[in-house]
Amino acid sequence: MAKITLNINKKDYPLEADPQMPLLWAIRDLAGLKGTKYGCGVAQCGACVVHLDGEAVRSCVTKVSRAVGKKVVTIEGLSETNSHPVQKAWQEIDVPQCGYCHSGQIMSAAVLLREKPDPTDQDIDDAMAGNICRCGTYLRIRKAIHLAAEMQKKTSQG
Amino acid sequence: MENQTLSRRNFLKTSGMTGAVLSLGFYWPGNAKSAKIVHAAEAKNFGVEMNSWVHIDTSGKVTIFDHRAEMGQGSYQAVPQIVAEELEVNLNEINVVFAPGDNKKYGNQVTGGSSTVRGSYKNLLKLSATAREMLIQAAATKWGVDKAECYAEGGHVIHKPSGKRFHYGELVEAASRLEAPKEVVLKKRSEYKLIGKPLRRLDTPLKTNGSAVFGLDKQIPGMMYAAVERNPRLRGKVKSFDDTKTRQIPGVKHVFKVKMGVFNTYREGVAVVAESTWAAIQGKKALKVEWDDTGFEHLDTEEIYKRQREALQTQEGLAFKKQGEPSEIIAKAAKKIDVTYETPYQYHAAMEPLNCVAHYQDDKLEIWGPIQAPEWVQDYISKEMSIPKEKVIVNMTFLGGGFGRKAFMDYPHEASVISKEIKAPVQVVWTREDDATQGPFRPGITYRCEGVVSNGAIDALKVKMAGQNNDHWRGGKKDTPNRSTSEGFLKPYMDSIKNLAIMDIPFETPIPTMWWRSVYASTNGFAYESFLDELALEAGKDPLEFRRAHLKDERLHKLIDKMEEVSGWRERRKGEGFGTAITECFASTVGHVVKVSKATNGGVKIDQVWVVMDCGWYVNPDTVRAQVEGSVVMGLGAATIHEVKFKDGMAVDSNFSTYQMPRITDIPPIEIHIMENDADAGGVGEPGLPAFAPALTNAIFDLTGKRIRRLPFSLAAV
Repeated sequence: MAKITLNINKKDYPLEADPQMPLLWAIRDLAGLKGTKYGCGVAQCGACVVHLDGEAVRSCVTKVSRAVGKKVVTIEGLSETNSHPVQKAWQEIDVPQCGYCHSGQIMSAAVLLREKPDPTDQDIDDAMAGNICRCGTYLRIRKAIHLAAEMQKKTSQG
Repeated sequence: MENQTLSRRNFLKTSGMTGAVLSLGFYWPGNAKSAKIVHAAEAKNFGVEMNSWVHIDTSGKVTIFDHRAEMGQGSYQAVPQIVAEELEVNLNEINVVFAPGDNKKYGNQVTGGSSTVRGSYKNLLKLSATAREMLIQAAATKWGVDKAECYAEGGHVIHKPSGKRFHYGELVEAASRLEAPKEVVLKKRSEYKLIGKPLRRLDTPLKTNGSAVFGLDKQIPGMMYAAVERNPRLRGKVKSFDDTKTRQIPGVKHVFKVKMGVFNTYREGVAVVAESTWAAIQGKKALKVEWDDTGFEHLDTEEIYKRQREALQTQEGLAFKKQGEPSEIIAKAAKKIDVTYETPYQYHAAMEPLNCVAHYQDDKLEIWGPIQAPEWVQDYISKEMSIPKEKVIVNMTFLGGGFGRKAFMDYPHEASVISKEIKAPVQVVWTREDDATQGPFRPGITYRCEGVVSNGAIDALKVKMAGQNNDHWRGGKKDTPNRSTSEGFLKPYMDSIKNLAIMDIPFETPIPTMWWRSVYASTNGFAYESFLDELALEAGKDPLEFRRAHLKDERLHKLIDKMEEVSGWRERRKGEGFGTAITECFASTVGHVVKVSKATNGGVKIDQVWVVMDCGWYVNPDTVRAQVEGSVVMGLGAATIHEVKFKDGMAVDSNFSTYQMPRITDIPPIEIHIMENDADAGGVGEPGLPAFAPALTNAIFDLTGKRIRRLPFSLAAV
C-alpha cells in the first residue's frame, strides 16, 4: 500500500492504494465515484473509459500509479450541469436503455468530438468500436454523435 | 427526479412528503387476477399498509412506486407516463421510487415476459383516474358546485364556469377523507395527451452524468467487498482449498467456503472478503481450490448436439399439440421435407456483471441489487436462511441489463450467506469471467421438422424439439411437454394446418438453463420460420403470400400488408436477397424483412432490416422503437456470433475477448413501424427478437440458394 494523491474532476483525493490497483477500482472504491463502470476488466468493452490528461483510457487496465500527477476526468466531471454537447445529444435522442455502458460511451465520444469536430460515420466507427452496448443502442449513438457535433459547432460559433 | 430505493418504514422520510397525503394503492386479494383499488383510510381493513403506488402530498408532489425493475426496457418511463395521463399531472412533477419486493402490495413484480406494461396498465389507469376523480370531488365540495362543472388539468382542478382553480396540494387533505369511487370513466385513446407520444425517458439524464445508481454502485456504511471462486463445472462442490497466498494480499480479511442455491441444487465456491473490490479479486485469483465434481457428467458441446440429433431420430416425444394424421401423411407422402435445425446455448452478457449487496443482522436481512424478481428473492432467501419473509427486505437498483439472468435468486442468496458469515454488510462482485461461465444459460435446442405440401398449402407438419426444459430446474414435472414447445409460432397456423404435431422430447444435461430474452421463441422462431420458408419454396409460393394464405386472421393480414408496403416486398426481384419471418412473443406479433447482398470482400452483408411491430395499445412509441432496435442487435449477435461452448463440463469462453459482441461497426440500418390498433397491450421488450434470425437466413437463401440450419453462422463465411 502507498499513499498517493489522485486529481479527479479538478479535486485532489489523498488515497492509500496498492500501486498495482487499476485506476477503475481506485476511482470507484477509494474515491467513491461510481459513475465509471466495470464491464470486463480486460479492455474489451469500454465501460470504464475515463480521460487521463485529456486522452480516453481504459481505467480497468490502467494502473493507479500511472494517474498520479495527471488530471483524471470521469463522467461526473465531464460537465458541471450534464450539459456537455455529448450529454445533451444523448438526452435529446434518448440514447441509453439500461444505461450501464453509457458513461464509457460518452467519455469516448467526447474525445472523438474534440479531435474531430465534424466526424464522418467512419470516424465514429473507428472511435466507438471499442465500446460495447448490449442493449444495442448503436444506431442512436451514431445519430447522437452527429447531433453533438452540430451542437458543439453552434456553441463555438455563438 | 430521484433514483433511490427504500424500505417501507422510511418511505415518508426519504420521499420528503409533507403533511397530509392522498394515497391510493392496489390490494391483491389472495391470488386474484385483478386488483382492488384501496384508499389509505381503508387499507387497514384489508390488512395492508397504505403506502403503495400513488401518493400526492400537500405541496402537490406526486410520488409513485415503480413496481418493476428498470433494466433498459423503460418501466421508469412507462409507469409514470400512464399515471400522469389519467391523474392529469405533468410528467416532470412525478417522483419515481422503485418499490421493494412485496407481492401483497404490488402484485407480480417479476420483470419478465415483457409484462411491465401489459400486466398492469389497466389497473394503473384506473387507479390514477380514481385519484383524479377524488380530487375533483374535493374541489367541487369546497366550492359548493356541481362536480360535472369541474375538470382536472396539469395538477389543478378547475371550475369551468368561473375559472377558479385549486392546486392538487390544496385538495389532498379533503380528498383523502373521501370514499374512493367504485367506477371511473377512463379516457379514450383519442383523448390521450401523453400516452402514445414519444416523450423523453425520465431516467436518461441520470444515465448521462453517472448519477444513476446500479447494483454495483450501491454502497452502505461499513460495506466489505467479496469475490467468489465458484466451481467451474456449474454443479460441483469444494473439496479443499489453500488460501495461503490469498491471505498475504493487503486488504483481504476473510476466506471461507460458501454455498448458494441454483434452483433446487447447490453450487459451492470459496469467498474472499476484502476492503476493496480489487483486493477481493486478487485474493480470488491467488486461491488454490480442489473441486469435487463427482455425480454428474462433464459434457462437451459436440456430445450434447449428437444426443439431441439421435433423440430426434429415435424418439417421438411428448405431444404438446396433435391434430389430424401428420405422421401417417408424412410416412406415405411421395415427397416430404425432413430437416434439422440447431440453435446454440446463449449467455445473457448484461453489461453490468452480477453483483449484490446484503446486510444480515440478527433479526433481519436487507438486500440491494440489480434484481428482476424481488419477490422471488424474498421468498427463496426467507426459506433457505430461515428468516421470516417480512424481515427480508429486497431493494431494486437500476439494472445494467437483465435479459432474464437477473430474475434469479443465486447471487442475492450468496451475498446474504456471506454477510451472515462475516457479520457485516458486503457487496459480492462477479467478475466478467464469473458472469460468463457460471450460467444459467439459454438452452441450445435441436429441432426436426417434417412437412408435406400439396396444392400450394401445408398438408402435414410435424416439429419435434429436443432441448433442456427450464422448468425442470425449478422442479417442474418431467412427464409433461415443455409448456413453451410452440412459443413463437403463430397460433392461427394451428387452425389452418389440419395435420399437425408439435412434440417435445425431454432432454437433460447438468448445465443450468433459464430464460434469455424472448425465451423459447428465440430458438423456436428460427426453426419454424425457416421451415415455413422451405415449405413455401416447395409449394412454389411467395413466402409472405404463403404465410398469409395459412393465417386466417385480419390483424395478421394487416401486419403482412404493412411488411410488404414498407419493404417494397412486391417490387423485389427474385434472388435479390429478401427474406422474411413473423413470430409471436408475449402477446405481440412482429414481422421482419431483411435484405442482404454479396459483400465486396466475400460473404454477405445486411443492407436493411424492416420491422413491423404489432403490440396493440402502447405507451411510448420511442421506447417501443428502442426496444426493437435493441432486439435486432441482440438477435444479430445470437444468429451470427454467439454460442456458449462447453468442454469437459465447463463453459469455454470467459470474456468479450473470445465471446465477441456486436459492435457499432456491425449494425445495419433498421427501420421500425408500429401498428396502430386498439387491441390490448402486448409485450415490447422481447418480441422484436425471434423473427430476426430466420428472416436473415431466409434472405441469404434467396440470395445464394444456401440454406442455413445451424446458428450461429458467420456472415463472412456464407
